[in-house]
Amino acid sequence: MPEFQFDSFAAFLAMGDYAIYVWPVYILFALFFVTTVLPPILGRRKIIRQLKARLERMESNMAEQGEGN
Amino acid sequence: MWQWLYKLGSPRWFYELGERSLPWLWGATVFLLAVGVVWGLAFAPPDYQMGDNYRIIYMHVPSAGLMKGCFYMMAICSAAVLIWKIKMADIVAKAIAPIGVMATLLMLASGSLWGIPTWGTWWIWDARLTSSLLQFFIYMGIIVLRSAFDSQDSAARACAVLTLVGVVNIPIIEYSVEWWNTLHQGASSLGMRDASANPPEIWIPAFFTGFGFIGLFFIGLILRSQNEILLRERRTQWVRDLVAKETAGA
Repeated sequence: MPEFQFDSFAAFLAMGDYAIYVWPVYILFALFFVTTVLPPILGRRKIIRQLKARLERMESNMAEQGEGN
Repeated sequence: MWQWLYKLGSPRWFYELGERSLPWLWGATVFLLAVGVVWGLAFAPPDYQMGDNYRIIYMHVPSAGLMKGCFYMMAICSAAVLIWKIKMADIVAKAIAPIGVMATLLMLASGSLWGIPTWGTWWIWDARLTSSLLQFFIYMGIIVLRSAFDSQDSAARACAVLTLVGVVNIPIIEYSVEWWNTLHQGASSLGMRDASANPPEIWIPAFFTGFGFIGLFFIGLILRSQNEILLRERRTQWVRDLVAKETAGA
């Protein structure tokens, strides 16, 4: 089994004095994760709302035309 | 096989396949990334020369792989757009581009951060780095080109042509470390045959993050393609039914 490679949590954060290089990379990875999934998830809600509004407009148009006849 | 490919060309079928695959993909991806990141950061032994700084490779190598993989997939889709005029191929190519851009940025940034203590510089115009930066501009060019067209069909064809032109750069990136004598090292081999290569303790976390990145890529691909399908197929009955069903509670 792999073992924890650091003596303490502080040593883990220090990354053998490479903290300023290692941690930003993993923060950028978190950003990469978020920018890959979050915009399309929020976009989907917006699209569903727009399409719903479009459907309602079409239905009310059809109802008006029905009254005209 | 052909029947399956034929079905994949149907937006509705693609949408529903995505819907069924997403829960599994999410589970596998979160698991692989969590294991890979924790293992890579805390449990893999430090490198005897680079110390803990080498832990950056667990992000750098998979993001570089995605940069290449995304573009190859875009090129295959582009060929399908130009030869068979498959609408779905254009939807997928459009969905992949932003993922490829972000992967390329992560690859460049992680390489630079790794380079500061290791090479003593964050940037050098060596063949690997320069060709990778060029790839970033090619990705951006394709995205900007698409937004310049009003007509969807013209945009699809123009982007497909540019993608097929741009794909020549990928083998250049791939072989740059062999063709030219550059600062960037070649790929390290895995410790199966050769004793000086990386041992399993080092590469197993990379295996997890690598497959995690692939999972993340497919999640992004499916989510973005699904949105595009809903927009392009908005006049079809199945999308109307889907919208009605999803907003029924509201």
